[in-house]
Amino acid sequence: MLTVGLTHFLILSAILFAIGLFGVITQRNVIKVIMCLEIMLNAVNIALIAFSQSVAPVSLTGQIFAIFVMVVAAAEVAVGIAIIFSIYRNHESIDMEKFNILKW
Amino acid sequence: MPMQVPWLIFLLPFLSFLMIGLVLRPFLPRYPRLAGYVTIGAVGISCALSFWVLGAVISSPGHMLPVDDIRWAVVGNLEMHIGVMVDSLTAVMVVVVTFISLMVQIYSQGYMKGDPGYMRYYAFMSLFTACMLGLVLANNILFMFVFWEGVGLGSYLLIGFWFHKPSAANAAKKAFIVTRFGDLGFLAAILILFATTGTFDTGEIYKLVAAGTLTGTTLTWVAIGIFAGACGKSAQFPLHVWLPDAMEGPTPVSALIHAATMVAAGVFLVARFYPIFSHSPEAMLVVAVIGAFTAIFAASIGFVMNDIKRVLAYSTISQLGYMMLGLGVGGVAIGIFHLFNHAFFKALLFLGAGSVNHSSGTFDMRLMGGLRKSMPWTYITFVIGSLSLAGIWPLAGFWSKDEILMNAFSNNPTLFVLALITVFMTAFYMFRAVFMTFHGEYKGGAPSEHGDHDEHPQGPHESPAVMVVPLVILAVMAVCSGWINVTGFFNGLFEGDVEGAVHKIGFLEGFFGTLTHPLPLASLLIALAGIFLAFAIYIKKWISAEKITNAVRPLYTLLSHKYYMDDLYENVIVKTFLYNGLFKLFAMFDTSVVDGTVNGTASAASSAGSALKKLQNGQTQVYAFTIALGVVAIAVVVYLFG
Repeated sequence: MLTVGLTHFLILSAILFAIGLFGVITQRNVIKVIMCLEIMLNAVNIALIAFSQSVAPVSLTGQIFAIFVMVVAAAEVAVGIAIIFSIYRNHESIDMEKFNILKW
Repeated sequence: MPMQVPWLIFLLPFLSFLMIGLVLRPFLPRYPRLAGYVTIGAVGISCALSFWVLGAVISSPGHMLPVDDIRWAVVGNLEMHIGVMVDSLTAVMVVVVTFISLMVQIYSQGYMKGDPGYMRYYAFMSLFTACMLGLVLANNILFMFVFWEGVGLGSYLLIGFWFHKPSAANAAKKAFIVTRFGDLGFLAAILILFATTGTFDTGEIYKLVAAGTLTGTTLTWVAIGIFAGACGKSAQFPLHVWLPDAMEGPTPVSALIHAATMVAAGVFLVARFYPIFSHSPEAMLVVAVIGAFTAIFAASIGFVMNDIKRVLAYSTISQLGYMMLGLGVGGVAIGIFHLFNHAFFKALLFLGAGSVNHSSGTFDMRLMGGLRKSMPWTYITFVIGSLSLAGIWPLAGFWSKDEILMNAFSNNPTLFVLALITVFMTAFYMFRAVFMTFHGEYKGGAPSEHGDHDEHPQGPHESPAVMVVPLVILAVMAVCSGWINVTGFFNGLFEGDVEGAVHKIGFLEGFFGTLTHPLPLASLLIALAGIFLAFAIYIKKWISAEKITNAVRPLYTLLSHKYYMDDLYENVIVKTFLYNGLFKLFAMFDTSVVDGTVNGTASAASSAGSALKKLQNGQTQVYAFTIALGVVAIAVVVYLFG
């Protein structure tokens, strides 16, 4: 009988993280990039909870930490979307490749 | 004798310098003569104390007085002391320095009267006298070097005393820089001495040399180094070029510094380290040869100079060469005896020249003539000085010159012949100067060079009493100072044993007996021949000076250009070799290598930056990708090697 252990959670987390990273690097649409960023954060959350479960099953510290991450992520998305709106008003675009004025 | 006395001899003039410069400064514009009185007082007391010290040294066993050191500084395991060394050499030197200085200070009251720099003059004179006394009293070579440079500074300040004249300012610089070449050798010698013996103390060095610890090549190089320093200060060939130019300073300065004391410091230095020299025959030979060559070389230039002070300057160089020859072939006593006599008669001659200048307003002998009627005192004393310098019996110069000749004769016949020719030349050029200046018709003089003299009567006139009295005192010394060794007393003082200090032969026996020996008689006749030749040319005009000049035109040109030594130094060595050769090379090295390195570093950084800035392309995703790659790379490395 197959039991779901720490390794499986970590593999899931790694896969999600890789997918998110791939999205962040490759997508041109800023909204998609932010979505991929959320996937990466949640991949980390899975890893956190999995470790918490396996290292200290009684304590809830890890899980509470994951909640915190979600809260911060929500705030971050709010700020991020606001910035994107602002950029969009100036550039008329949400294409990442056009956001390149911060350079030499 | 209390131990403080030798210290006081040095400290009094130094105190006078500080007094004039710091304490009396506010009062001096209203009472400038105060500066002169303070200096004369300090030097006068020093002089009295010097005679006391000399007396004590003469009567003490071994002619050496023990004086305790003062510990000055401790650096690691090196203890530095300051102390004074009181032996016969020091005692004689302090007497010479303080006595001449006193005479010159008194004389300067007349000569420098009304000069706007009167107090500055006395302050510098005090400083110089203090440094000179420090030099002769110091018992370790390090402090000797400090005061050695101190007298150089005094000389610089006083040559350039009338610094508003470009010639004086240049002469001061020249004196300072040329002597520096010699000082390099002196400093090297000090360092070698310290490296091999670990001590600066003169007494210790004597012991080490006597014990044979310091021998061979090292000893010779130390001796040569010390002699190089002596060459610079004593204006020996090839570093003699500064002394004639130094005549730009006030004449009493020339008398004190550039005739009697500082230029004799080189001779003193060789005498002080005589044990080192006497253990190295090569060094002794170098000293004797340079001395004899300088003597005849400078005397020949003295033939053609028309400036009375320059004649005296070349005469000084020549006589210093004589002293070196005396040290090289004879011993401390021989060289120092000539230094002792020379100090009096040469100071006298310079002060006499100053007196002539005071009256006629020029140093050019062609503009003088006939001054013997208007300045009888100056005339008589100047003639006495000239006779003494020429070596006429029984004046002072005769006795010391005679001893040098005698020692040269028994040691090195070639040098003896050179010295004998120099006797003739000395007599000739000195009496050429006397006859041109004081005989014949007065040719008008020139307006005073240093101006601003108040109550300056027109036409030639005798100088005031403050100037004449030192002349007379020095003239008496120029006659008598040589008699101290008629009986062998002076030589005995330097041989260090008590018996030596007593009179070896009776005074009258020595006084007249010397004329029965062929050598003194020969040198006396040669000197008289030189005077006679000058008499024939410049008084009787049996031989026309112009005809001789024209007959030997190339030689005359060579001599009047001082053998082109100045041109050699200035044009060939400094301008061609250094400015256009070596320094150009340095300049090229500086612009290409040094600047190249600096500019190259900057432009390399700049071009590396402009290449690397392409990476900053503003694409956030590229940055993120790079970060991810980096993380992966670190992970791989940790996995493989961690």
